[in-house]
Amino acid sequence: MSTTVSTPVEVSIDVDAPIGEAFDVFTRDIASWWPAEHHILQAELAEMVFEPRVGGQIIDRGVDGSECRWARVLAYDPPDRVVFSWDVSLAWQVETDASRTSDVEVRFTSLASDRTRVDLVHRHIERHGEGWEQMHGAVGSPEGWTVGLDRFARRVATGSADVPT
Amino acid sequence: MNVSSYLRLVKTDGQVIGALGDPTRREIFELLSEGPASVGDLAALVPVSRPAVSQHLRVLKDAGLVLDERDGTRRIYRLDPDGVAEMRAYLDRFWKLAMASFKQRVEQRREDTT
Repeated sequence: MSTTVSTPVEVSIDVDAPIGEAFDVFTRDIASWWPAEHHILQAELAEMVFEPRVGGQIIDRGVDGSECRWARVLAYDPPDRVVFSWDVSLAWQVETDASRTSDVEVRFTSLASDRTRVDLVHRHIERHGEGWEQMHGAVGSPEGWTVGLDRFARRVATGSADVPT
Repeated sequence: MNVSSYLRLVKTDGQVIGALGDPTRREIFELLSEGPASVGDLAALVPVSRPAVSQHLRVLKDAGLVLDERDGTRRIYRLDPDGVAEMRAYLDRFWKLAMASFKQRVEQRREDTT
């Protein structure tokens, strides 16, 4: 186990297609290649929409009309680069707190007129765990243990059980 | 912190066993199971120097047991939540699968149109 959760997930591949086409298929035609079983809708996935602009979203729609907006487009620079957030929590729900989301950057580099390198980096995965321990600690201790440990450290440092706060 | 999930790791991963084999490291790990702390916080609680605490934390970090993050001028260490590690493992598998699927699709499409 040499990697930690703060290590980004990185995947690079070369595709036999011009850069513009690779970019378009990755974004606008996301539904054509996205592994269809990988979504968080209750219903079966009917379609995926990639809104091609900064501030747009990636939207999954179920066969029953339900909708899941699980990504925000953070950068959209065709045909070179696209960045989107990964707003899915550890409980496999849409994460509404942006500070607890990770992001996916995809860079396209032309190697030849019909060959493109695609480098995908999914970083800040550890942010999905922010607050996880606090929630857990709050169950075990009325004041939460973050405060508890700080207080314990001060007590040890000063040799006093009653440290004014 | 779900200590049993770490015990599971201890049984299955040699590096983790090594990381927790040292009594001081074990103590630091157990202190972090009570909550995030800085090197200074930890050095006040264990009978070793600050640089030694930093060294132990590096071993724990390399074993995937703890995370660190900057908080102003301090670096705060915390246990690596099991759920996040699982999500990372999932994303690692997922993106390999998805990128292979993407490559196949973009190349297939090209064959169809030429």
